[in-house]
Amino acid sequence: MSLLAIDKLRIRYGDSLAVADIGFSIEKGESVGLVGESGSGKSQTALAVLGLLPATALVRGSIRFDGQELLGADNKTLDQLRATRISIVFQDPTQALNPFVTIGAQLQRILLQHDIGAATGARNRVIEMLARVGLPDASRQYSSFPHELSGGMRQRAMIASALLAGPDLLIADEPTTALDVTVQAQILDLLEDIREDTSLLLITHDLGVVAGRCERMLVVENGRLVEQGMTRDIFARPQHEHTMALIKAAPRVTDSGAPTAKPGQDVLAISGAEVRYRSKGGQVIPAVRDVNLSVSAGETVAVVGESGSGKSSLVRAALGLIPMHAGCVVYCGHELATNLGDRSKATRRGMQLVFQDPTGSLNPQMRVAGIVGEPLLVHQAALSAEERRQRVAAMLEKTGLSVEFLDRYPHELSGGEAQRVAIARALILEPKVLVCDEAVAALDGTVREQILRLLRRVQEESGLAIIFITHDLAVVRAVSHRVLVMYLGRLVEMASNEALFSRPRHPYTRALLDAVPVPDPGNAGGRTTVTGEVPSALQPPKGCAFHPRCPHAETLCRAQRPEATELDETLVSCHLARELA
Amino acid sequence: MNRGMKISGGILLGIIAAAFIGPLLSPHDYQQTNFDALLQNPSSSDFHFFGTDDLGRDLFVRSMLGVQITILVAIVASVVSLLIGVAYGATAGYMGGRVDAVMMRFVDTLYALPFIFFVILLMVAFERNFLLIFVAIGAINWLDMARIVRGQTLSLREREFVEAARLTGVSTARIVFRHIAPNLFGVIIVYVTLTIPQAILVESFLSFLGLGIQEPQTSLGALVDAGVNQMEGASWMLLIPATLLAVILLCFNFFGDAMRDAFDARGEK
Repeated sequence: MSLLAIDKLRIRYGDSLAVADIGFSIEKGESVGLVGESGSGKSQTALAVLGLLPATALVRGSIRFDGQELLGADNKTLDQLRATRISIVFQDPTQALNPFVTIGAQLQRILLQHDIGAATGARNRVIEMLARVGLPDASRQYSSFPHELSGGMRQRAMIASALLAGPDLLIADEPTTALDVTVQAQILDLLEDIREDTSLLLITHDLGVVAGRCERMLVVENGRLVEQGMTRDIFARPQHEHTMALIKAAPRVTDSGAPTAKPGQDVLAISGAEVRYRSKGGQVIPAVRDVNLSVSAGETVAVVGESGSGKSSLVRAALGLIPMHAGCVVYCGHELATNLGDRSKATRRGMQLVFQDPTGSLNPQMRVAGIVGEPLLVHQAALSAEERRQRVAAMLEKTGLSVEFLDRYPHELSGGEAQRVAIARALILEPKVLVCDEAVAALDGTVREQILRLLRRVQEESGLAIIFITHDLAVVRAVSHRVLVMYLGRLVEMASNEALFSRPRHPYTRALLDAVPVPDPGNAGGRTTVTGEVPSALQPPKGCAFHPRCPHAETLCRAQRPEATELDETLVSCHLARELA
Repeated sequence: MNRGMKISGGILLGIIAAAFIGPLLSPHDYQQTNFDALLQNPSSSDFHFFGTDDLGRDLFVRSMLGVQITILVAIVASVVSLLIGVAYGATAGYMGGRVDAVMMRFVDTLYALPFIFFVILLMVAFERNFLLIFVAIGAINWLDMARIVRGQTLSLREREFVEAARLTGVSTARIVFRHIAPNLFGVIIVYVTLTIPQAILVESFLSFLGLGIQEPQTSLGALVDAGVNQMEGASWMLLIPATLLAVILLCFNFFGDAMRDAFDARGEK
């Protein structure tokens, strides 16, 4: 008998069908990946298993857990099952933990709720579990509040809470999407370690994650199960169109054929950039320290780093959105004022930004025509309303949107459409530099592919210089000519795309590359040699900022900060770069 | 338009229409006293639908006049506080830093002025008239509005669409009025629905102190006040204007709730 057997599951909200006749089963000790794009119904399925769907959902079909029917079961039965036999780990650990209760108390509550362990034994069991999921110094973390832990640590605590009662089935719903790539690898390793006695249903949009970690996989599209089978077989011979499209769209760092750079004139050059923030307590937090970056016409430079690396602060300061404390920005041969208000109209016109959150970057109260046309209103005030509308329509067409979109509101657009509108707004003034701040991070694989293609086409047509900020190395591989890797506000490595991916010089770059999950079961990657997480910028480590996590660190690394030095046309900040090569 | 909006809006419209048309149809006048018909029960005889007061004036006409004035005071006061409060709060919030600090300290200073003294001073300094009451109520209410709008603006200012506009060089005035203000709509509507009843209550309070509407003009507040004095013998003098006041306050609250749902461009349900 299967541990979990779902048959003809159908979830309906009013007129829209969220899940249509999904059926699959999970055996004891198995790990199954459930893959699909956003809105495909994968999370809905998980919530249905736990009986956590909202009351407005109409559910039909059958969900059997260990022979027991869960659909229509009363709350008491479900309460007994949840946590003790089935548990779930959500995407965002920050929202899943109560900020006012210590980690230990929250976890202990689970045990007491289900009468597992006496009150005295519970504390020890919790500490034991926290240690097992890799929380360093577990007995101290027991009395920590959630905000005192880093994102990765919080997710570990969540996993501990899910495992505490020894469930038979663990559902992990995008457990690593909110985490940095090196931390993602650690969490996935952890999920694999605990598999001995627990079945795992791993829900994700990332084929790379499934390829390395799940024996079997299920592919859903628009609420329908389109393909299921052994992970290895599906990757080797996908049967359904959608699976093929997903596999094709999944970015790989191993892809060859990186774009080649055309030598051009520097359009934008940032040198010696320093950006600082002031914390609430008046402490100065250095976000960017002494970084140089230049980009020439027709070139794409990627800026890569984990959270807290200062990649966004660097370009935001260059654009004048936040103050830059030292350094200078040269645009087309002219040094720019650091204050945005003091910059000329022409420079402001020449540098545009596309944001990560496509809908958040569009004013919800304005129509597409107004949003895209606004820059024209400022810079070409002479245009009549009719001319402006025509220019907007032409620009939309260029980004792949038809005239019908002119009168829509942002909430009527899908993520990809909204991002096209944001790109149209940025390009309508024909800028020379376009900064994309995680511009494709919030998009599904196939849509991401389309947006990247759009940017590349625009670049070929107009010789646009693009600065691409991202944490996703697969995207870097696909779009960039040159790459700047940052760690805790400093340059770690700067190299051409080809050089960086074939011969990474810095141990951190290598760790990043190793940690990227690859959509290939034979060679899945997603492993990491580094431990821990990015330290707080408030107290950066002495010497080389990376030394506490570096597997090669020596005495010198702990004492002295390495200067950026040139090594075979690669700029790298590492004492050991020459030896490690 | 949802049902709550239709019903509450319909009742409000009905009351307002009656308030303006009713007195025209009645043979009585709001200030004409009649000592042969003091404190009459509501009845259809001689068209005293709501009875008469202790001076023999027709209560129907006076109630309708009271509704007119109450609603007028409330709406004008709210519009005054809305315009000043939104412009002031949004500017302070958007400019931030020192400008914000100076502007908000000014608001704090105004808060510190005792409201009643302020009104009495106004009344002494100027002739007593309607306009002064509007100004007095509006001048107090915009402070709350400015604080709320400023808080919202501070968070909107960090939103990406505002950054995008700044980057392109959109003028500050345009950012405030095109990008920030429309997104404050939901909050403002909710707040205005609180301001209108508040203004109505403040007005009746002023009337009670003899600082508000002066006889023979009247407002619902003044009528309720007069009714309290006669409640033992002539309960209708209290019940009728009090009921009207309560219904109007309730309808404004419902209407505001429904407006927020209906006019948000996101159409969140």
